[in-house]
Amino acid sequence: MAHDREEPEPREPGLPTPRGPLSGGVEAYLRDAGRLPRLEEVARAAVYGEDLQLALYLCYELHYRGFAGVSPDREWDPDLLRTRAALEHRFLSALRGDARVHDSVDEALAGLLVEPVDGTGVTHFLRDEGELWHVREYAAQRSLYHLKEADPHAWVLPRLWGRAKAAMAAVEFDEWGGGRADRVHARLFADLMRDLGLDTTYGRYLDAASAEALVTVNLMSLFGLHRALRGALVGHFAAVEITSSPGSRRLAEAMRRTGAGPAAEHFYDEHVEADAVHEQVVRHDVIGGLLELEPHLAPDVAFGVDATEFVEERFGARLLADWRASRSSLRAPLTQETAYIS
Amino acid sequence: MPNSPSDRSAAPRRVTVQRKGPLLVEGPVEVELEDGSVVTSDRFRVALCTCRRSRRYPWCDTSHRDRA
Repeated sequence: MAHDREEPEPREPGLPTPRGPLSGGVEAYLRDAGRLPRLEEVARAAVYGEDLQLALYLCYELHYRGFAGVSPDREWDPDLLRTRAALEHRFLSALRGDARVHDSVDEALAGLLVEPVDGTGVTHFLRDEGELWHVREYAAQRSLYHLKEADPHAWVLPRLWGRAKAAMAAVEFDEWGGGRADRVHARLFADLMRDLGLDTTYGRYLDAASAEALVTVNLMSLFGLHRALRGALVGHFAAVEITSSPGSRRLAEAMRRTGAGPAAEHFYDEHVEADAVHEQVVRHDVIGGLLELEPHLAPDVAFGVDATEFVEERFGARLLADWRASRSSLRAPLTQETAYIS
Repeated sequence: MPNSPSDRSAAPRRVTVQRKGPLLVEGPVEVELEDGSVVTSDRFRVALCTCRRSRRYPWCDTSHRDRA
């Protein structure tokens, strides 16, 4: 185990390389070196595309760790917030149009609570035929979230009351290691990355991550940052917790089979067990408690579940399409960072 | 006044049963298995397998779910 390892420095990451005029405009504005994109440009861009999603990711990241050389005050810059709102409007409208729509929360969750006998998702692929390079790519793509695991969901806490708040706080406490720094899930993921010879620096793989990966993280930030979307955030969280346990079991098997290393196995083993509990608490107490007090939010909770399924399926499909064609899923090749792999 | 630790320990421990799914127990817990061995979990709540299909028995790993 990695208890004696030093915690990483809480440094801000560098700005990523732009992927088009929108992300280029936001990036230049953050450096005081250019103007923000015009709203007409936002209206024209591909909504799930590399450029729009990176522009949105840049706006959101100011609320987490920020960027080196960018003033922390930019987080509340009115012009930047106006641009962010235009990007969010495109994103949210597209999600509402594209995600499958269930009429009730129970119906939305029912599909996730059934395990397919012959699943064909990305975790099935990794378990059955994944090689070490697939596993490393998966970890690099997911590091955008796992290195801030459970952070986007913390924003919902002041917007919940009673049973829902107590239960959500308890699950978050567990995600953050139950009071122990060496058990914080983001830290366990950094340990996994070290096993895989990846760089654990926050933001290191932002340039390498595909648009589909950015979408999954932008979804959480969108739902987390808006009180109006608190129902969707809770639905999203439930969908993540419900699907995590069986998926993590497959990933733990993939780690064992590829010889990824003990910390890599431990990360997913821990999630099998933790998320089997979290799923129960989120469904019964977080969703149940929220809808008891605010029953009108039921359609938003269902939307949060459905939108999560939609973005996760897109992400998985993209990975599998690349891997089945023997292509990297990343925009930049991975290098070996350490000598942990024999 | 918030509950003091002594209030908490005096209160009955909540166990939640459901027709389908694990038994939910407020943690931390020690579980004694049939062979006499004891396993512990210090999670705030613990999900104990009741379907006996879990590969991480006695902890739930969601193996009780329907398969289709």
